[in-house]
Amino acid sequence: MAYSDKVVDHYNNPRNVGTLDKSSQEVGTGLVGAPECGDVMRLQIRVNPETQVIEEAKFKTFGCGSAIASSSLATEWIKGRTVEDALAIKNTDIVKELSLPPVKIHCSVLAEDAIRAAIGDWKKKNGVAETTPAAAAAE
Amino acid sequence: MSTAVSQVEVPAGVSLPIYMDNHATSPLDPRVLEAMMPYFTAKFGNAASRNHSFGWEAEQAVETAREQIAKLIGATAKEIIFTSGATESDNLAIKGIAEMYRERGNHIITQVTEHKAVLDTCKRLEKHGYRVTYLPVKADGLIDLEDLKRAMDDKTILVTIMAANNEIGVLQPIREIGKLCHEKGVIFHTDAVQIVGKAPFNVIADNVDVASISGHKIYGPKGVGALYVRRRNPRVQIAAQIDGGGHERGMRSGTLNVPGIVGLGKACEIAMQEMETEAAYLRGLRDRLQEKLESVLDYIHVNGSMEHRLPGNLNMSFVYVEGESLLMGINDVAVSSGSACTSATLEPSYVLKALGLGDDVAHSSIRFGLGRFNTQAEVDYVAAKVIDIVQKLRELSPLYEMVKEGIDLTKIEWQAH
Repeated sequence: MAYSDKVVDHYNNPRNVGTLDKSSQEVGTGLVGAPECGDVMRLQIRVNPETQVIEEAKFKTFGCGSAIASSSLATEWIKGRTVEDALAIKNTDIVKELSLPPVKIHCSVLAEDAIRAAIGDWKKKNGVAETTPAAAAAE
Repeated sequence: MSTAVSQVEVPAGVSLPIYMDNHATSPLDPRVLEAMMPYFTAKFGNAASRNHSFGWEAEQAVETAREQIAKLIGATAKEIIFTSGATESDNLAIKGIAEMYRERGNHIITQVTEHKAVLDTCKRLEKHGYRVTYLPVKADGLIDLEDLKRAMDDKTILVTIMAANNEIGVLQPIREIGKLCHEKGVIFHTDAVQIVGKAPFNVIADNVDVASISGHKIYGPKGVGALYVRRRNPRVQIAAQIDGGGHERGMRSGTLNVPGIVGLGKACEIAMQEMETEAAYLRGLRDRLQEKLESVLDYIHVNGSMEHRLPGNLNMSFVYVEGESLLMGINDVAVSSGSACTSATLEPSYVLKALGLGDDVAHSSIRFGLGRFNTQAEVDYVAAKVIDIVQKLRELSPLYEMVKEGIDLTKIEWQAH
């Protein structure tokens, strides 16, 4: 299988690899996928409590090159965004950016799940209610 | 942050890419090509043309090849039937025997790590009223002879069990299997594709009745194979699956692929002369590769028996690293992976799963297939490269980090997707 240049670039130079202190109040952790499926992503965010901006994002991924690239790209995209903005990222955006073939679409789905799981964890820790569409529209 | 780009130096005398996937196919030996060449051009005759010298010349070449193949496996020339390859040989053997012995019974025994050419043929026969037993394998990849004994009944007509496995290289106890079959009057077919020319294989000593052979696995050409069919003690009969001009004693019609057959014969002749030395050489390279990897990396293990194994095979799991991402990092080395992601089905290797490996470990496996043209310098480069990439990918692996922290991965509720 031929990989797109962007997948190869993220594989060769993965962005934001690492671990944040998951016990910190400001950190949200998402762990998605399963070893028996061949991919596991852990995505972590550190959110500024004042501004709700994601100031730091880190990932580690067990998976194929497309899974590594999808999660690496996800950390790049969410950094600097507010948590609500980050939730707007769709797996199809990742598919497009990385030119993923159909057989690799599940990698992008997993990356979107990882973003949601990390934000969900942060919200739960900080007592932030899940945003309803009405509340989001009112902002 | 380190990157996954490898900084491993390429030693002098090594040119990239390196081919280390000799179970999939092998390069044509130049001596084989040389033997074949005249039969593409000047000696183009049809081996079935009985009334002119072009035909006689081709026929003579085919008969020489038959002798060369027979000699390598301890058979006689008349017991060799030419086919288009081992998939056809497996199909012809299994379907041909099933059809011929239908009156006697309808039960076939095979095992779960066979090549698809055997498994899918058996599955098709099940649709036509045959009963098939798929024996399990033990953790080392070998069948249990007691299981085989128990599976045999008075309707059993055929046992088909491979001599050497294409993924993990393990050698089944064919001599004992054959002995058991002969005691019960059951025909024993073996897919001998991976063993012929690589490890000792003799149809008499190993009690084999029918055996499938391939050209391109033994430094011969693609598109040619053979089937050994025993003529005495017992005489095995096979119903033809391709009808036509009645070539190959009626068992396989179709004009013979003379250049291919000449190549297969020459490849067998070379194997006959060089197998012993070559096996020792390949075992040395294989053990060197294994030792180098094991001396640096943790959480790695060999899949399948090391004791009963082809000399050129090493199948290893690099736990907590996904196979396809590993292949991507070592893209100047041709090996193959048991990972799901390399196949269209997204299912990890059924062979590795049959050994009892979890899907997670099966996803992490790499098959190294060493062959005649690999060198020690290549092995050293491949070992260094694999070590480098595995270490980098483990820095990226949440699983490796968790295990290092003492977390039991089996206790985590994963969200399968």
